[in-house]
Amino acid sequence: MIKIKDLMASIEDKQILNGINLNINPGEVHVIMGRNGSGKSTLANVIAGNEAYEVEKGSILMNNENITEMSIENRALNGIFLCFQYPVAIPGVSMAYFLRSALNAHLEHQGKEEIDALEFLKNSKKILNELGLDDSFLKRAINDGFSGGEKKKSEILQLLSINPKLAVLDETDSGLDVDALRTVAKGVNKFKNKNNAVLIITHYQRLLNYIKPDIVHLMIDGKIVKTGDMSLVEKVENDGYSWLEK
Amino acid sequence: MADKNQKIIDQAIDQEYKYGFTTDIEQTKFKPGLDEEVIKKLSKLKKEPKWLLDWRLKAFKRWKKMEEPTWAQVKYDPIDYQALSYYAAPKKKVNESLDDVDPEILETYNKLGISLNEQKRLEGVAVDAVFDSVSIGTTFKEELAKHGVIFCSFSEAVVNHPELIKKYLGTVIPASDNYFAALNSAVFSDGSFVYIPKGVKCPLELSTYFRINASNTGQFERTLIIADEGSYVSYLEGCTAPMRDENQLHAACVELVAHKDATIKYSTIQNWFAGDKDGNGGIYNFVTKRGRCQGDNSKISWTQVETGSAVTWKYPSVIMQGDNSVGEFYSVAVTKNKQQADTGTKMIHIGKNTKSTIITKGISAGEGQNTYRGAVKILKDAENAQNFSQCDSILIGDKCGAHTFPYIDVKNPTAKMEHEATTSSIGEDQLFYCNQRGIKLDDAVSMIVNGFCKEVFEELPMEFAVEAKQLIEVTLENSVG
Repeated sequence: MIKIKDLMASIEDKQILNGINLNINPGEVHVIMGRNGSGKSTLANVIAGNEAYEVEKGSILMNNENITEMSIENRALNGIFLCFQYPVAIPGVSMAYFLRSALNAHLEHQGKEEIDALEFLKNSKKILNELGLDDSFLKRAINDGFSGGEKKKSEILQLLSINPKLAVLDETDSGLDVDALRTVAKGVNKFKNKNNAVLIITHYQRLLNYIKPDIVHLMIDGKIVKTGDMSLVEKVENDGYSWLEK
Repeated sequence: MADKNQKIIDQAIDQEYKYGFTTDIEQTKFKPGLDEEVIKKLSKLKKEPKWLLDWRLKAFKRWKKMEEPTWAQVKYDPIDYQALSYYAAPKKKVNESLDDVDPEILETYNKLGISLNEQKRLEGVAVDAVFDSVSIGTTFKEELAKHGVIFCSFSEAVVNHPELIKKYLGTVIPASDNYFAALNSAVFSDGSFVYIPKGVKCPLELSTYFRINASNTGQFERTLIIADEGSYVSYLEGCTAPMRDENQLHAACVELVAHKDATIKYSTIQNWFAGDKDGNGGIYNFVTKRGRCQGDNSKISWTQVETGSAVTWKYPSVIMQGDNSVGEFYSVAVTKNKQQADTGTKMIHIGKNTKSTIITKGISAGEGQNTYRGAVKILKDAENAQNFSQCDSILIGDKCGAHTFPYIDVKNPTAKMEHEATTSSIGEDQLFYCNQRGIKLDDAVSMIVNGFCKEVFEELPMEFAVEAKQLIEVTLENSVG
């Protein structure tokens, strides 16, 4: 689904990614773990096309199409979805208006008709219900005054509504209590199927107690230094990352 | 990123002004220049009583001794008042009936989306159309008359209701109030007059549509709205002008009087020509608007959406004289290219338990300069007065500016004052967030800006809220990269 080759990227002339190679197939759940500052979130942002970062070398292919130079919205429309670590507030813009605009942008891109208001409401309420959120959530201004848990649930609501091909979860587990963590995990598990893929970026094992990854990568200084299975997660929980450094 | 931003901002500047056409009609127009003779000629043409001519001449004398104010945060070339014509009107005789109006002019209003034909009217809205210096017709007069509502051109009111004009003219904005108000008092040519009788809730939205067509002509209209005891009226004004290379002066006065238990809601969608990308042409909009809450429990609410004009100098104000009276000011002001706006309000609390609310949203793009200037005065006897002010500014791009000058003067210790102010850029992070959800840049900008203006748009009558939203969208198209 997504092939990242030898990717190097920087922000404000500071080199962050030092040659990332990553290949995610449909149906797979990948995890990238690493210390603070190892470049995990940068990778998420570069995949989404955040223009604050400069790609210096390498390429990102999405379904064999080179998207390295593609605009943010076109990547999104081609199926890349980023669950933000810190979703930004847009005062005065209701969740419903925002989500419907986003959905319609996707539908238009797929050559489909816009979703009518009733159907939109019906679908959204169903998802809200599953996430334990009240219907009134749709009327609130997006992320404005949301609690930490509400922000992340809002991201999952959008993930389930838009139903992309690749979901990149950037530290979606941070700042969540156990109940919220379970709800978020339930949402992600509901999303994943054999045709889409999930990339989880995290510090901790705790989300992985609920979402089982197929492949685990460890990242140090902007490079993936080790790839393996779930046992790597346990090793990191017990021993940290220093054993990976020479 | 920065280069791309700049490129797209530059593109935005080539935006066409949709209402910039001119109407080719025969017109009666005074020769440029201003002296007592011009005022006498104007007054005679309008068949005005002597007291009104005297009032004009007195204002003119005062004006000549006054100096143009320079305290506003705006820069413009000096205005040559002798180079302007002070009267321009379509030649074809304007009569009682709209059927007699020159078809060219009706067509002009059609192009502007204002139908003066009652069959095709805007649902529930009566319109007075002012073309250059004269009102060319008012719709729904008969229906309004059934309720005792008077809605007509100012000139007509001078002839048909002189007692009301004499009683109220200049009582809220004295002729010598300020430089532009004095000029207006001397040379005002037309405008709208509204009287809502006791206990009447005006059955229609009233609106005046101002169109400047003639070149080298100043537009000086005067609007007077009286809401008698226990009445209610919602009034809206809209304004456009052709694209011309020279600057045109618009110096209007609007006076509102709300008696006991009366409410006046006054909304403006101002879309005068703003000048081209280099700042050539455009309207100088120097307007004095003031309302007096004369009786107890009265309320005056101003809502304005200012997107046009090269230079705006405008402070719709409320004097809260009656006890428990309420003053409100809701404003969205957009400046782009080289537009400059210095706008805000004055809330003067005289009565007890008076309450005012100020919510302003300034949006600057391109090289626009946007200034909020507001004064809240709590006088000595205004026990338990309350004011809440919130002034937010948003910047699009890095060449524009936002400025806030709040003045607060409290003479009664029981007053409660709250003031909040924010300035922010449309965040790259907000745009990234929207884009990441597949929402295009222009849509994202208009979404963010509309969200920012929401509290003000909610105050507009329904039909106009939609218009205001679209206007902001068109105005800001392509302003971010």
